[in-house]
Amino acid sequence: MELTFYIASAVAILSTIMVITRYNLIHALLYLVVSFLAVAVVFFTLGAPFMAALEVIVYAGAIIVLIIFVIMMLNLTQEDVQREKDWLKPSLWVGPALLSAVLLAELVYIISALDVPATATIAVPAKVVGLALYGPYIIGVQLCGMLLMAGIVGAYHLGRQQKKVVHRFLQERSAAQ
Amino acid sequence: MNGITMEAGLLLAGILFFLGMISVMIRRNVIFMLISVEIMLNAAGLAFIVAGSHWVQPDGQIMFIFILTMAAAEVSVGLALILQIYHQLKTLDTDAANFMRG
Repeated sequence: MELTFYIASAVAILSTIMVITRYNLIHALLYLVVSFLAVAVVFFTLGAPFMAALEVIVYAGAIIVLIIFVIMMLNLTQEDVQREKDWLKPSLWVGPALLSAVLLAELVYIISALDVPATATIAVPAKVVGLALYGPYIIGVQLCGMLLMAGIVGAYHLGRQQKKVVHRFLQERSAAQ
Repeated sequence: MNGITMEAGLLLAGILFFLGMISVMIRRNVIFMLISVEIMLNAAGLAFIVAGSHWVQPDGQIMFIFILTMAAAEVSVGLALILQIYHQLKTLDTDAANFMRG
């Protein structure tokens, strides 16, 4: 189980690196699916099998498919891939990457300085999660429902194509000109 | 059973978050920035799961469910905004959207 965790972590990190270095959007999304699946395996080894299932269904399923639909609507071509390549010059990404790497090194140092005893991973069953979700966290569930409702209404309102309403008289006049 | 240390899980979450943060900063394509935000949210959820499994409490998993809900709502609204930006500006470049016009 421990070896599974480390292999899945390596897969997750490698595929995420591939995501952030791709020029083609679809290739990046395919690597992102691999990354999410690897994180789902990590959840499973950490004793959260229900969350692993949710990760696969919601992240690798719903969210990726939503992004793919939008990419299909945008009609991206090979020129867009080339433009992405032009945008991602080393002179642009070296600075932020180096400074973030310094911060990551500090984070690694701080976390490795923690002295937490390695405890056996005991799976938290989904039943306990459900009881807590609809017990002390019921207000959070209701807020999540309101958030999803706002998301649906907001996406509908923003995604609607605004029709240009032109009066018949103006249309005839512009056609005559 | 097994002995996955809390440090290893938190390190994985930190590295994934860091990769997403770099991608948000270096990309100009707005869809790539949205994908990177998803990576960062996923890493934050992973940190919650690690903490929840360390203390054998359901709270970490519940926080992950909330993060999942928030990510789903965020990506739907974000993609609708991207479609609007693309129809208005005919490009996905975020630098093209640096002006306000009613």
